Amino acid sequence: MCLQVLPPRTSIMELFIAQLINGLSAGSIYALVALGYTMVYGIVKLINFAHGDVIMVGSYIIYFLARYAGVPFLLAVFLAMVGCAILGVLMEKVAYKPLRNATRLSALITAIGVSLFLQNAFMVAFRPDPRPFPSLGVEGSVTLFGDVTVSWLAIITISVSALMMLLLHLFVKKTKMGKAMRAVSEDSGAASLMGVNVNNTIAVTFAIGSALAAVGSALYASTFPLVEPFMGLQMGLTAFVAAVLGGIGIIPGAMLGGLLLGVIESLTRAYVSTLWSDAVVFGILILVLLIKPSGLLGKTVREKV
Amino acid sequence: MKPNFKMYFINAGLLLVVFAVISVLLQLRVFNPFHEHLIILVCINIILAVSLNLSAGFLGQLVLGHAAFMSVGAYAAAIFANAIGATGTPGLLAALVVGGLAAAVSGIIIGVPALRLRGDYIAIITLAFVFIVQSLMLNLNNILNVSEGSFLYPLASLLNATGGAQGMTVSRLTTFEAAFFVMVITVAVLVCLVRSRHGRAMIAIREDEIAAEASGISTVYYKILGFTISAFFAGVAGGLFAHQVFFIEPLDFDFVFSIELLVIVVLGGMGSFTGAIIAAIVLTLLPEFLREFQLWRMLVYAVLLIAMMIFRPKGLMGSYEFSVQNILKKFRGGRA
Repeated sequence: MCLQVLPPRTSIMELFIAQLINGLSAGSIYALVALGYTMVYGIVKLINFAHGDVIMVGSYIIYFLARYAGVPFLLAVFLAMVGCAILGVLMEKVAYKPLRNATRLSALITAIGVSLFLQNAFMVAFRPDPRPFPSLGVEGSVTLFGDVTVSWLAIITISVSALMMLLLHLFVKKTKMGKAMRAVSEDSGAASLMGVNVNNTIAVTFAIGSALAAVGSALYASTFPLVEPFMGLQMGLTAFVAAVLGGIGIIPGAMLGGLLLGVIESLTRAYVSTLWSDAVVFGILILVLLIKPSGLLGKTVREKV
Repeated sequence: MKPNFKMYFINAGLLLVVFAVISVLLQLRVFNPFHEHLIILVCINIILAVSLNLSAGFLGQLVLGHAAFMSVGAYAAAIFANAIGATGTPGLLAALVVGGLAAAVSGIIIGVPALRLRGDYIAIITLAFVFIVQSLMLNLNNILNVSEGSFLYPLASLLNATGGAQGMTVSRLTTFEAAFFVMVITVAVLVCLVRSRHGRAMIAIREDEIAAEASGISTVYYKILGFTISAFFAGVAGGLFAHQVFFIEPLDFDFVFSIELLVIVVLGGMGSFTGAIIAAIVLTLLPEFLREFQLWRMLVYAVLLIAMMIFRPKGLMGSYEFSVQNILKKFRGGRA
């Protein structure tokens, strides 16, 4: 992602560092989105295929607010977070909750259905043509360590993502709701016996995951300033691979997986070929699943009869 | 249960009647070439749906990469047909076998690692496979860069002819007769397979993998067997498709197409041949007659998928099978 035009006569090392930073910037967006996949999987054991499309919805909300209602960008992002959180909870209540005790296959097919629904509903409503995303208003770049130029956008992306992850970490570790989330993901039956409201906890998880996706959408759409109904598909899949790479269901795993995947992808595009980057990303996924199916940070759990 | 040869003849006779009726209608120009094209597409989609039903419906593994097997089969068949300059139906059949085998090999390559894992991971790996195959096909013309004179040059020129992202022109060899009989053979082989002890082993795996393993069924063997056979027929369908539309490009076989196939199987009924066939016919023809609603098609599919999973997760047909034998039995009110 985000191959930037580099000034002429940069040395090999500087090019490498620049690509590394591009990769980290893309990777931190992947990590934000991957967190949504991983939190939902951790708590209801469902691959929420529609999570990628939440990014698309978030981008549209920011687009319409900033462009037609004249809302300032930051406020638009905040409203998109609220909107996506509501969408996430709605998705859970309408489509996933009735299937909580159904087979994994049914739940997965439903998730695919929700994803198709969001994509096509937006296509019918707003036509498939891409729309220009409003600019963040941050331009230019800064020169670091000698001659490496880094765009402000990349710096903002990395720091906003880091801040979000820090907040999420504190939330999960320090608050009562975070404790409830960890308990439900460990054993929802036992948690409900201990007085945890499982339904609320699941709803909060969907809300937080979707709100993080909205932040991700603001960063993603600022890097690639086009909004269209199918933009979430590729982004969502890559973020999902990141979640599996780090170990699905494990929050630090999603962060590690996202950053790693962003760097790998950026380096593949720079040094191998842009056409092969999909093959490399998904090839790595298969390799990881073969060698360590639970992901890089995952613990192997035996299935009990 | 003794094989009932009388029933085999009745079934074969009915199929021949269907075949003859369509042929006559084509001869009399009641069906124009566009209708013929649609009928062939229906045959291809039936092959795809029934073969996906083997892995998703009977084996119970969520395969999201059926289009990738089809892609491998289409490209292998087309490259082979170009290489030998295949003509006529024998050439087509040879190309279909090559396409099927290539897809089966890719099925083993992806199946051996994927099927060691359980549940959701198979969906993930097969999904990844779609994107890997797509990348591969997009780069097919750049893989071998050898100069003329090298012993690899003939192979390289064959691969170059695929055109990578530009797409590949294929000669038009598929006829209604070929598509129809390949479809019938596919359905017959898969029905026989599912009714054999191997098929029962697969259904046992779907119902409870751990219990099946405890009863002495080699789950890995049967999963890979089912997966490979399913991939083989997807490859055959890919070969038919390539020689029917005579221009293929990697994006014909994308993730969305895989999902459309899954919709067919889920709506028809996972584990029902009748359901898969009916759903394949309806979902192939309906969009053609509802052109104005093209934009709404996938939206309707999405709502159907969700509603189906919530209210009737078994699909419309469940595991019900249409059979002439049972109908005759009802009429006679006793033993058939």
